[in-house]
Amino acid sequence: MGLNVFEAGRPETTSPYDTLAVQVRAAATFTRKHAIAAIYHAGSGHPGGALSCADILAALFGAELNLWPDEPNEPDRDRFVLSKGHAAPALYAVASHFGFCSPRAALSLRKLGSPFQGHPHVIDLPWVETSTGSLGQGISVAVGMAMGLRLKKSSARVYALLGDGELQEGEVWEAAMCAAHYGLDNLCAIIDYNKLQSDARNDAIMRLEPLAAKWRAFDWAVAEIDGHDVDALLRTLRRAGGSQGRPSLIIAHTIKGKGVPYMENVPTWHGSVKLTRAQAVEALTALGSADAEIEEFLA
Amino acid sequence: MSSAPSLIASTGDSLREAFGRALSDLADEFPEVVVLDADIAGGTGTHHFRTSHPERFFQFGIAEQNMMAAAGGMAAVGLVPVVTTFAVFCLRALEQARLSIAYAQRNAKIVASHPGIDVGPDGGSAQALEDLAAFRAIPGMTVISPADPVEMRLATRAILAHQGPCYMRTGRSPSRRIFGDDHKFEIGKGQIIHEGNDVTLVATGVEVARALDAAAILKEEGISARVVNMATIKPIDGELLARCAAQTGAFVTAEDHNIHGGLGSAVAEALATRHPCPIEFVGMKDEFGASGEPEELAAHFGLDAHAIARAAHTVLARKTKRRNR
Repeated sequence: MGLNVFEAGRPETTSPYDTLAVQVRAAATFTRKHAIAAIYHAGSGHPGGALSCADILAALFGAELNLWPDEPNEPDRDRFVLSKGHAAPALYAVASHFGFCSPRAALSLRKLGSPFQGHPHVIDLPWVETSTGSLGQGISVAVGMAMGLRLKKSSARVYALLGDGELQEGEVWEAAMCAAHYGLDNLCAIIDYNKLQSDARNDAIMRLEPLAAKWRAFDWAVAEIDGHDVDALLRTLRRAGGSQGRPSLIIAHTIKGKGVPYMENVPTWHGSVKLTRAQAVEALTALGSADAEIEEFLA
Repeated sequence: MSSAPSLIASTGDSLREAFGRALSDLADEFPEVVVLDADIAGGTGTHHFRTSHPERFFQFGIAEQNMMAAAGGMAAVGLVPVVTTFAVFCLRALEQARLSIAYAQRNAKIVASHPGIDVGPDGGSAQALEDLAAFRAIPGMTVISPADPVEMRLATRAILAHQGPCYMRTGRSPSRRIFGDDHKFEIGKGQIIHEGNDVTLVATGVEVARALDAAAILKEEGISARVVNMATIKPIDGELLARCAAQTGAFVTAEDHNIHGGLGSAVAEALATRHPCPIEFVGMKDEFGASGEPEELAAHFGLDAHAIARAAHTVLARKTKRRNR
């Protein structure tokens, strides 16, 4: 059986007249669909936070990151760290869309023997930059990478994607202080600010606000945008490269479960959940898949 | 005008001083090595490296979790980070060492000063008695505790040359010189440093000198004790232990650490599957330390040479009983 859907969204088959934003939106849609399908096949996984960061990941992999699938070990490549490691299904999906791994293989998410573990592992997948899954550590690893690349006089940049609930880990603020102290302008952190965490809204668990003011007080260059607005994402990521002497932070306001109406803003879909076939079909339909495509994803 | 306060920093013959000097001396030979500190360079001995190679010395402030995970990031871009802090604070960053260093198979080195009751007057809160157990339980982590300044120099070179994550203890207090300049150190190899046939005393770190003293006490009492220096706790030298078990039939382990999970446990695990024999454990008996001078504390908590000698008598009685069964 040919998985045509996996080819249709690939960049090389996109019309050369399409703008970058159109390509990134297509990548984001594919990322959402693939993540849903992978979580359905796995029988568990975190859909809410994977859907909320799909546009951010698509903008990074589709436009911002200097990465080459054929040279995953190129010393001067940009580094991306998924600090919110539970969004692994979205990372695998976007990476497969841009040729870092096979989309079909990435559907083996969470299965014994599969390199696509429940949380990303650098030993299993060479293009994953570090192992994550324990919140708070990814941003510190990214700080270490940025310090090390600077020492090595590399022009590569480092990007880290954090969850909002993750900011409750004290280590994040240790890393924030350190990055500002060393003026790591080769570091850009992005917060997927979907306002929900495992049990409830951030506000109900442990308040994060005033969030932008906190990061500004830590002496980061802060931008606040709609994390589903691809044009804004592309523009802001580009601008973050010029933060001169300060690390940059993008607070991306997002909707948990974005694109699947029954999941949107419902905390229950944060946690590791099992998707029934009916739920998966409903989700893929909402994301624009026709019957044939749904059949391919869920077969 | 009053003079400046005299800080009690790494000086003299302490293991931390030997480590700090070795690190600085080896820096040119290992150009990828960088040193990470959490505001205690004077205490860990890395102030020597800071002076000799300031561009490769990174201050992280009092924030060990970030430092440990950042070391993983530095290793990811091809550097060889040496993370230095006190042993208790390595425990604080244990999960960072687990995920961002060991699980990711990073070539990073964690070097901990101030382990055990050897810390002395700072008291129980500062005396790590759990670090060997904790780091030994992390898959792929090599765990080392050298015994004297000569061995510390050799071990420092060995961990830098070794590919993979290592945890190494240094020590706060003045350390006795045990070995000559011809001493050899190899990761994973123990050594018989004193011959004997009745019982084997296996020790690590500061307890090696005390085990030698215990052998002298036992000799006066007509007992021939063998002393093994087990500087590598993981991977443990099971072959040597099995040979000693076959030849002496009784063991005493000695460590400045809780008796649960450290050297004693590693020796017991190795002998249980190779050559079971009676073992007595000298170490902290599942209790925390206290303030005092290191030698006073060793006597108080039963880690001194007399305690090791007493344990030898106990294990010899068990050995005899076993033979007579």
